[in-house]
Amino acid sequence: MMTLLKIIKYQLHDLLRGKWFIIYIGVFFLLTDGLFRFGGDSGQVSLSLMNVVLFIIPLVSIIFGTMFFYNSREFMELLLSQPISRTSIFLGLYLGLTIPLSAVYLIGVGVPFIYHAGVQTGSYWILLLVGVSLTWVFTALAFLIAVLSEQRVKGIGMTIVLWLFFAILYDGIVLFILFALEDYPLEKLTLALSLFNPIDLGRILMLLQIDIAALMGYTGALFSKFYGNMFGSVVAVFALWVWCIAPLWLGYRAFSRKDF
Amino acid sequence: MQLLRTILIIPLVSSALWAGLVEVGSDYFHTTISDGLKASLPGDTVRVHPGTYVERGLAISHTLTLIGIDNPIIDGNHNGEILTVTADGVTIEGFTFKGSGLSHLDENAAVRFEETNHGRISHNRFEDNFFAIYISKSENILIENNAISGLAISESRSGNGIHLWYCKNINIRGNTISGHRDGIYLEFVEQCVVTQNHSTENLRYGLHFMFSNHNEYNNNRFDNNGAGVAVMYSRHVDMHNNVFADNWGSSAYGLLLKDIYDSNITDNQFNRNTVGLYSEACNRIQVEGNNFENNGWAVKIMANSMDNVFTHNNFLANTFDIATNSRQNFNAFSQNYWNRYRGYDLDKDGIGDIPFRPVKLFSLLTEKNEPALMLMRSIFVEIMDLAESYIPILTPATLIDAEPLMRINP
Repeated sequence: MMTLLKIIKYQLHDLLRGKWFIIYIGVFFLLTDGLFRFGGDSGQVSLSLMNVVLFIIPLVSIIFGTMFFYNSREFMELLLSQPISRTSIFLGLYLGLTIPLSAVYLIGVGVPFIYHAGVQTGSYWILLLVGVSLTWVFTALAFLIAVLSEQRVKGIGMTIVLWLFFAILYDGIVLFILFALEDYPLEKLTLALSLFNPIDLGRILMLLQIDIAALMGYTGALFSKFYGNMFGSVVAVFALWVWCIAPLWLGYRAFSRKDF
Repeated sequence: MQLLRTILIIPLVSSALWAGLVEVGSDYFHTTISDGLKASLPGDTVRVHPGTYVERGLAISHTLTLIGIDNPIIDGNHNGEILTVTADGVTIEGFTFKGSGLSHLDENAAVRFEETNHGRISHNRFEDNFFAIYISKSENILIENNAISGLAISESRSGNGIHLWYCKNINIRGNTISGHRDGIYLEFVEQCVVTQNHSTENLRYGLHFMFSNHNEYNNNRFDNNGAGVAVMYSRHVDMHNNVFADNWGSSAYGLLLKDIYDSNITDNQFNRNTVGLYSEACNRIQVEGNNFENNGWAVKIMANSMDNVFTHNNFLANTFDIATNSRQNFNAFSQNYWNRYRGYDLDKDGIGDIPFRPVKLFSLLTEKNEPALMLMRSIFVEIMDLAESYIPILTPATLIDAEPLMRINP
């Protein structure tokens, strides 16, 4: 446990020296602050930020995650030569990256929100929750890919393909399925499909908060009914957890068997 | 002869001068309104002094002016009808009507005009009634400056605020109506003017009319009603300067049109509705100078609508500007302002040089396959819409505004 904390602490030191984080925090800060200054209320700002969050956070997390893992190769080999468990090393690297990434996001978006609008709206909390969840999910996916693929170029390529799949292609496939099965009642299916993509899940959770569900007719009503009650919220959070834990566990398994 | 004529005339004149007044109140000879009405003669004025009168089944069967002083309360105790008028030229003014009885068999109203002519209902308050004002088979009635509020909870256990059936020449002006099933309901009504009313927070429609030709609605405000305003099966309807706002819900419309012909919808405001204007099987409607702002869908126009003209409207910050369910289009759009328009105007005539396509691919897809709405605002959909807007394949090719305005209509 102590070694885990030490590794996380070292990672934090290492990361905060880089310029990456300054840029990342600056982008979110300026964007949120700017949206408020251009006269949006907190609901509109959440809505505008939503697209950015759903687009940028997975991309940055997954690419930065793989690069980080590859760059830590020598550090890992050094640690492995010491009497330190592989669990500590893997989790240390993961938490050492996700904690600062989420913190940066929370500060970049949260601070302008607090001094412009105060802490109030539901959509604001969902925005933060979705952003942090996506950071954790896509960093876990990044680590899985980086462990499985030795070659950097191949690894980075795979992360981009994976990001494209979740961010864009998946919705195309959903649309195809919905039209292919047009003659059947599809409402339950759409609910299920929304759980199989963390980005879609985040998007729908946020849309339901911003009172846009009314536009979504019967489907929207079904979504708000499902995600609005206790059971649905638990399912949604559980699904996000599974999306984080499953790739992390697979990555850990590969990591612990890996021959360095 | 002269003397005889004088003798004959004097009583007539004098009766017209002073016999016409009947006073009702706790300090007067008549302590109940029903007594006062029984004692009155045609053409009399019945003055009711302040107080609460628990009465039901009041009937006026001859010409009469019924005036309340400082809003006396007539309480029907939720039992049957309060006041029924069957005579011409009756005025009812200055009362508070409370508690006409809920019934599943009868449409019990606080005030009912039945087969009358030249009546007036003004400056009354209506509270917690089943139906408030019910006019049937009447002509030339003025309903003015009444405040009508109900406590409707469910559609089946509530009535309408102002209900007109088979009427002609009715003027409904300056009323506020809330908490009923439909705020104003008209069926088989002609040459009626509805103006300066505020209909809000009714369970179903703020204004609902069917089979009512040659009517005019102007300067009204309809907001926060369960399903907005519904206009069906009518011709020659003129709607202008109205506000349709905040009808937000899964099947709420600012203005729902079904089978409307030869009508005008001009200079109205449609703000924050799920669907601003919904048109089904409507022909030859002129939609001009309206403002559509912050709606989910500004206009949903079904393919069975033909020859409608949309011109000089403003479309601002709507999620979807126009939605339709077909690749065919039989309506004309020209010289509207679209805040989504990204064209240019080289010759500086105020009209964009490239046409605007207000129908997004996604809105067409969701009309055909509603569950696809789960993809709303996803990146894939945005890319698809962008591609379609440059190379239209699926969206109606003729549904374009060939002359989009560069600047907003004043």
